[in-house]
Amino acid sequence: MAAVTVLSIRDLKTYFYTQEGVSRAVDGVSYHVIRGETLGVVGESGCGKSVTALSILRLIPSPPGKIVSGEIIFEGHNLMDLPLDKMREIRGNKISMIFQEPLTSLNPVFTIGSQLSKVFILHQNLTKKEAKKKAIEMLSACEMPSPERIMKEYPYQLSGGMRQRAMIAMALGCNSKVLIADEPTTALDVTIQAQILDLTLQLRKEFGMTMILITHNLGIVAKAADRVVVMYAGEKVEEADVFSLFEKPRHPYTIALMKSIPILGRSEKFLKEVKGVVPAPYLEISGCKFADRCPEAMRRCHREKPQLREVEKGHLVACFR
Amino acid sequence: MLRYIIKRLIWLAFVLLGLCAITFTLSRIIPSDPAASYLGPRPRPEQVEKVRVQLGLDKPLYVQFAYYMRNLVHGDLGESLRTHRPVLQGIWEHLPASLDLMITAIFIALSVGIPLGVLSAKKENTTLDHLTRLFSVANVSVPSFWLAMIFQIVFFRWLGIFPIGGRIDTVVNLVSPIKQITGFYALDALITGNWAALKSTLSHLILPSITLAAYSTGLIARMTRSTMLEVLREDYITTARAYGISEREILFVQALRNALGPTLTTAGLCFAFMLTGTFFVELIFFWPGLGTYTVNAIFLNDYPVIMGITIIMAVFYVVVNLAVDILLAVANPRIRLG
Amino acid sequence: MVMEIQKTKHNWLNKGREYWRGMNLILKNPLTTFGLGIIIILVATALLAPYLAPYPEQGRGMSNLKERLVPPGFRHPFGTDNLGRDILSRIIIGARTSLKAAIAVVLIVIAIGVPLGLIAGYFGGKVDEIIMRFADMILAFPSLLLAIAIVASLGPNLLNALIAISIPWWPWYTRLVRSQVISLKEMQFVESARAIGASRLRIMFRHILPNCLSPVIVQATLDMGYIILSLASLGFLGLGTQPPAADWGVMVSDGREFFLKQWWISTFSGVAIFLTVLAFNLLGDGVREALDPKIRWRFQRK
Repeated sequence: MAAVTVLSIRDLKTYFYTQEGVSRAVDGVSYHVIRGETLGVVGESGCGKSVTALSILRLIPSPPGKIVSGEIIFEGHNLMDLPLDKMREIRGNKISMIFQEPLTSLNPVFTIGSQLSKVFILHQNLTKKEAKKKAIEMLSACEMPSPERIMKEYPYQLSGGMRQRAMIAMALGCNSKVLIADEPTTALDVTIQAQILDLTLQLRKEFGMTMILITHNLGIVAKAADRVVVMYAGEKVEEADVFSLFEKPRHPYTIALMKSIPILGRSEKFLKEVKGVVPAPYLEISGCKFADRCPEAMRRCHREKPQLREVEKGHLVACFR
Repeated sequence: MLRYIIKRLIWLAFVLLGLCAITFTLSRIIPSDPAASYLGPRPRPEQVEKVRVQLGLDKPLYVQFAYYMRNLVHGDLGESLRTHRPVLQGIWEHLPASLDLMITAIFIALSVGIPLGVLSAKKENTTLDHLTRLFSVANVSVPSFWLAMIFQIVFFRWLGIFPIGGRIDTVVNLVSPIKQITGFYALDALITGNWAALKSTLSHLILPSITLAAYSTGLIARMTRSTMLEVLREDYITTARAYGISEREILFVQALRNALGPTLTTAGLCFAFMLTGTFFVELIFFWPGLGTYTVNAIFLNDYPVIMGITIIMAVFYVVVNLAVDILLAVANPRIRLG
Repeated sequence: MVMEIQKTKHNWLNKGREYWRGMNLILKNPLTTFGLGIIIILVATALLAPYLAPYPEQGRGMSNLKERLVPPGFRHPFGTDNLGRDILSRIIIGARTSLKAAIAVVLIVIAIGVPLGLIAGYFGGKVDEIIMRFADMILAFPSLLLAIAIVASLGPNLLNALIAISIPWWPWYTRLVRSQVISLKEMQFVESARAIGASRLRIMFRHILPNCLSPVIVQATLDMGYIILSLASLGFLGLGTQPPAADWGVMVSDGREFFLKQWWISTFSGVAIFLTVLAFNLLGDGVREALDPKIRWRFQRK
């Protein structure tokens, strides 16, 4: 089957203007997603992976944030150029998103049923009854126990795992082309994490979803992703298919990340950490942003910014080594 | 839930007891001799002594308090020094007029305050926001007696579009009098199809109710604004946007439902607070309600009336506060379902 | 022990720096600056009243029957009242009385409320319960009504009005101080003082009290507007300052008889009340906003 690019981000720059200065949360990021694949976007907190996702749907709060430049190509259009009402048609409908914190991401004063139905009525022109039926269908597909009862309940009455299932049901029901999952398991208990992850993978197979999976957990990436993008301090530093990335990571940051995963069965005295801290996004750094922490930094790294180059087919790295 | 209500009711009983104690204490520190005032100017000493015994003023304080409480429970708040009619009856007669005013006022306050607050929150930090906030603060700061007079000067004296006071035009009331069913003139006129009276009543109602509404409008707008600001920053608003829900619906349905709680609590408190606001508004607009009754009593040192009104208004205030608390608990699904 | 005193001193320094940053934030808001400006004018007027007023004796109450009910003009910018007294002077002198009275109320309220709050918070238990129940009971009353009832019982004069306004107010401060004390009680420097054997009274006053004062002062500033409004309202009802002294509320009431024709008597004094209360409320809003950490941290990192 031909590889069709469904969504393409080109040189996206999203900045936040605050009292303390300009925070360059996303500073020139480009990646794309192919139909049917799961793209993992990985990096530590604050590297800009979530902001990139929010920028796709133009959900950046406008003071203080602003999408300064870049293009997001979807279905032949640049989403940045679309008027807001057209954008609303795409949101949820063609591109849907699930969030990290299911408790705060659902409106506490409306029942699960009404929240799901509302979305289906809006985008699929269903009647109230049809939307209700569909909601129950979707909840069952997400392995929610007693879906009819859940429809009448409020978010706070559900457990974390159930809430996330409800969110997935909402996204699923919209039958969108791309699903953006922003750290969908991070806020959940470890045991539930595995369940939700399995559910997501299963649904992906069943419904053929294209997914952008954002996480800081390499384990999840290993399990679920087809291709991976590694981000650091608002930039993409490496991109490869999942096997290549784990077998032969090229960027020093990626290598350090891999090393810091404790291996089950082997007793280690200390957890290997990546020394140093992520540079504050307000600072203007010339050269490679990772240079201060990089064990292999050369003098050149501090002066010049490394561009992404293809070291093997489909494997991009931004490093001079 | 039930436990919550019972706990609050017990607290209510305590507070009411305390209120009575305070009012009782106040009524006994009056400088002038209540017996003498009761009799009017220049009473004879034997008469004063007789009245003292009659009023039970010779007994020790705790006995007096017991009598006081017993009377209260039976609805006996004493008699007006001026008219010698029971205070409770006076209150009852003047109540509908005040309620008329207060209900209209709270309605105005909500209709103006909530939209202003929502708008102000949406357009945070713009000129519109600053102007709205200035308006809110001005409403809270303006002395109601002065505002009332300014309204009268502008709308009665200069523009001549609204009357200076009273509930209804006397001529209109003679020609097509209002049949008193509920005691609310506008409602009665509407029910009986008395259009002349309805028109007159409404035009008399406007200025006083706006004046009374001012303080509440400011508070409600402020509270709505600050709650909406918080709500609009919540994650579920982002989710709603992510699913393409329109900004208007997000503002007035998704967000406002969450913001309504504190706003309505404030509105309830404002309603109770309006009771003291009526003192000034009714006085200046010649509105024959509880406020006028009280202020006249103040001017004439009619202590039984003053004390009676104090206790009644205090009870009302406490009960409304409690009702608002309970309503809030009911509305919040978390507390309701345990 | 010396370390602890050092720490308290450090507290002051940090607080000072915080205040400075707070002030900058406050001044960013145009409304607040406006309020602050008016208050400065008010305070200056109050301080210089006898020198500013064109006719200070009339301000204090001397009649001038030859010039009764003169409309605003050159000689009398705000006109004269029914006893011929210059309204502008009356307003200026009234500024002084109002401000003095408001400060008096604040002092009384602090004198009653703060110690009670300290005791309730520090000792806890039964003492706390009794004090707070009493406070709650007073708070259950609508404050203006209680004030009116008190003045009506005690007799109408300025002192009674001050007492009458203070009584419904002090519970707020008790509550405020009490919650501060409760959170401060557990802090390090109190533990160390106790370990050294400082008496309870000493701890309360030397260590805890200074840290409670700042929110109290802020709250008092915020409340000034409402206090002045209450004073004016009582004055309007004849329950406060007695004539011939100049009081804004009384002036509005005096002007009522004439206000349809001689509108200036009530209007200007009312404006004075309005602007003063408005200024304090604007300042209060600005201060509250500047101190609220939630609002300062507008930028959220994901």
